Amino acid sequence: MTADRALWLHLGVLAALLAAHFIAPAYHHTNIARIMVLAIYAMGYNIAFGYTGLLSLGHALLFGAGLYGAGLLVYHAGAGAPAALVAGVLAGGAMACAVGLLALRTAGVAFMIVTLMFAQAGYLTILYFGSYTRGDEGIVIPRAARMLGGLDLSDDGTRYLVALLLFAVALLVNLALVRSPFGRIMVAMRENEERSRMLGFNPFTVKLAALTVSGLYAGLSGAAYGLLFGYVGASLASVQYSILPLLYVLLGGAGTVLGPFLGALLMFYLIDYASAVTDAHQFVTGAALVLLILFAPKGILGTLRARAIRWLP
Amino acid sequence: MTNKLITPTPSRRTILKGMAAGGALLATGLAPRFTQAQSSAPIKLGFQLHRTGIGASYGRWYERTAGAALTALNEAGGINGRPVEIVFEDDGTDPKRGAEVVEKLTSQAGCDLIFGTLFSHVVMGSAPRAGELKVPYLVCSEGHHVASGALNRWTLQPGITDVKSQVQSMAPWVTSTLGKKITMVFPDYAFGHDHRDFFTAAVAAQGGEVIKHIAIPPTETSFTRYFPQIPSDTEVLYHVMVGPAVLTFVKELGEFYGTGARPEIFGFIDSLEAVNIASPGLEFLEGTHFWEGHPRYKQADASAAETAYRAAVGVDDTGASVSDPADIATYAHMFSAWETLFVIRDAMTTAGYQGPADRQKVVEAMEAMVSFAEGNDHPQGPKVFNGKTHQAFGLQSVSKVEGGRLTRVHQTAMEDGFYPDEVDYTTQSF
Repeated sequence: MTADRALWLHLGVLAALLAAHFIAPAYHHTNIARIMVLAIYAMGYNIAFGYTGLLSLGHALLFGAGLYGAGLLVYHAGAGAPAALVAGVLAGGAMACAVGLLALRTAGVAFMIVTLMFAQAGYLTILYFGSYTRGDEGIVIPRAARMLGGLDLSDDGTRYLVALLLFAVALLVNLALVRSPFGRIMVAMRENEERSRMLGFNPFTVKLAALTVSGLYAGLSGAAYGLLFGYVGASLASVQYSILPLLYVLLGGAGTVLGPFLGALLMFYLIDYASAVTDAHQFVTGAALVLLILFAPKGILGTLRARAIRWLP
Repeated sequence: MTNKLITPTPSRRTILKGMAAGGALLATGLAPRFTQAQSSAPIKLGFQLHRTGIGASYGRWYERTAGAALTALNEAGGINGRPVEIVFEDDGTDPKRGAEVVEKLTSQAGCDLIFGTLFSHVVMGSAPRAGELKVPYLVCSEGHHVASGALNRWTLQPGITDVKSQVQSMAPWVTSTLGKKITMVFPDYAFGHDHRDFFTAAVAAQGGEVIKHIAIPPTETSFTRYFPQIPSDTEVLYHVMVGPAVLTFVKELGEFYGTGARPEIFGFIDSLEAVNIASPGLEFLEGTHFWEGHPRYKQADASAAETAYRAAVGVDDTGASVSDPADIATYAHMFSAWETLFVIRDAMTTAGYQGPADRQKVVEAMEAMVSFAEGNDHPQGPKVFNGKTHQAFGLQSVSKVEGGRLTRVHQTAMEDGFYPDEVDYTTQSF
């Protein structure tokens, strides 16, 4: 019964997003499409941080791997969007695995610093190979290349539905993952790594697998962003984009499947509305996060789960 | 209670009275200025503003310039008899947010058109969305992105010359006046790479040679370790930097050379936009040269339009704010916000713009434009507009630091900045 409730809740969210396709005003329609794509990224971050306890400050590298894995293939090799999407996902996963092989030798603060350094090296690499990547200026993916099996990804309706499809797959896989035996091992690593080791699980392998799955999500999100919105640029692989998914997850609730989406949604509109009121919108965002950490350190859904909805995955 | 204002069928006498009164008003000039329009609702123009982020110093002045231009435009009767409003929206100088701002201005604020973007990466991030929304997107960026063909039919740059043209037009003067062996110092990202590629080629075409490229990573905050890489046989040091560290860069360059011998120094004023050239530590710039898109210091031969423009924006003869002498304008670039607004007016007038359904006609009207005469609408100078590449070309200045101020010593010919078309946007569909 509990399992059913959780599944129905997630299906209900997807149904609401499908309904939004028909009723949301144009501005919010595109915003929600963008938020769903970024929420995939945050979901991936949540798998590493929220469930496995890997506080990374370098996920922009994985998002960037997906973004450029797809974008450069389209731009320079003339690949189609389907191949680019797959390449982006694989690039994100492969990059996460490679970084994990080295970075997972560390833990805690050292892991944060090592991942941050890897991401910064990746960002500077993009700038260094400016003749291919156009560096900070970035590249525009031509509309003609943004076709997915006959679907024009630059069309607002198509873009929304493709974003929703990718989001739905990511959300349901995430739900299945965290409710699977492997998901419980991930949580065990977060809660007590030594005890998990005593029980016979290899922390390095588990964390590497979780980080790689996280990278697949980040790669999917990056590739989808480039193909759906037509822009690939180095700023999307900068340190800011390592911090953003962390904020989304903290706001929505670390270790909850819907938390990353809720966090991305609220953060997007917090910035949007705050910037309409004041130039100091970053201060508003910062203040909101400080208040959140002070009064609801588990995030919105994490707090709800602790106080009322205990079955929330 | 009777309502004398409501008369279902006006009598002939009432109509005649009304016509007489209306005629009298028109004859005395007391009629509202915006009477001819079919709709008197304001035309709303969206301005994608770098109010925060790395472009904030430019954004502040772009906002002031656009605001002053708007006042002048409305005082002259607006566009098609309708008043004009500008909706400013901060993009944080971020390409992702830039695309969202294009969306917000178009779909939520209901703007008829968007203009004002400066930083190239924001243009690149935003232009695809403008093309999808089919809203004219007029950038004030000086990037080569428009003329390179990377963007779309809805994106144009009618108010400022692109960097390829600027750089190319400098090369003949630099090689013939300062020297032929050149070392370039530039930021190691796309804007710097454009300078590197275009200037190196232009110098070679003049028989000169760039003997060393020194690319500085954008994260750098101190530059002293790069200066020893400058070859000793350098005749001209060419520098261009942007961002918050520009003052540090120029100061450290001065410390490196001290009072000893140094090559001729030629820089793009981008290295010193919004920075007082009389700042302590910049004394060594005396005798060096700068490219300026629009001379910061009022020149002896300044036109009446130039004088009026300074007064309207609130800039004194030294390029500082009239209300705060320490607040230096981004004068070499910000004219583009002013001039673009008047190009918009002309295009909307030609297109008989009534509403968003006429957006395509506005683009087509701009594509048909060929030149802009120097005057109140174009105080920086005359321009040639290439409707195929969507790019304007204007005159560039070389200024010399003399007595702590910049004095123009050379102005390019229009032809110096021309290059073969790289795209024909008019062949693309809308």
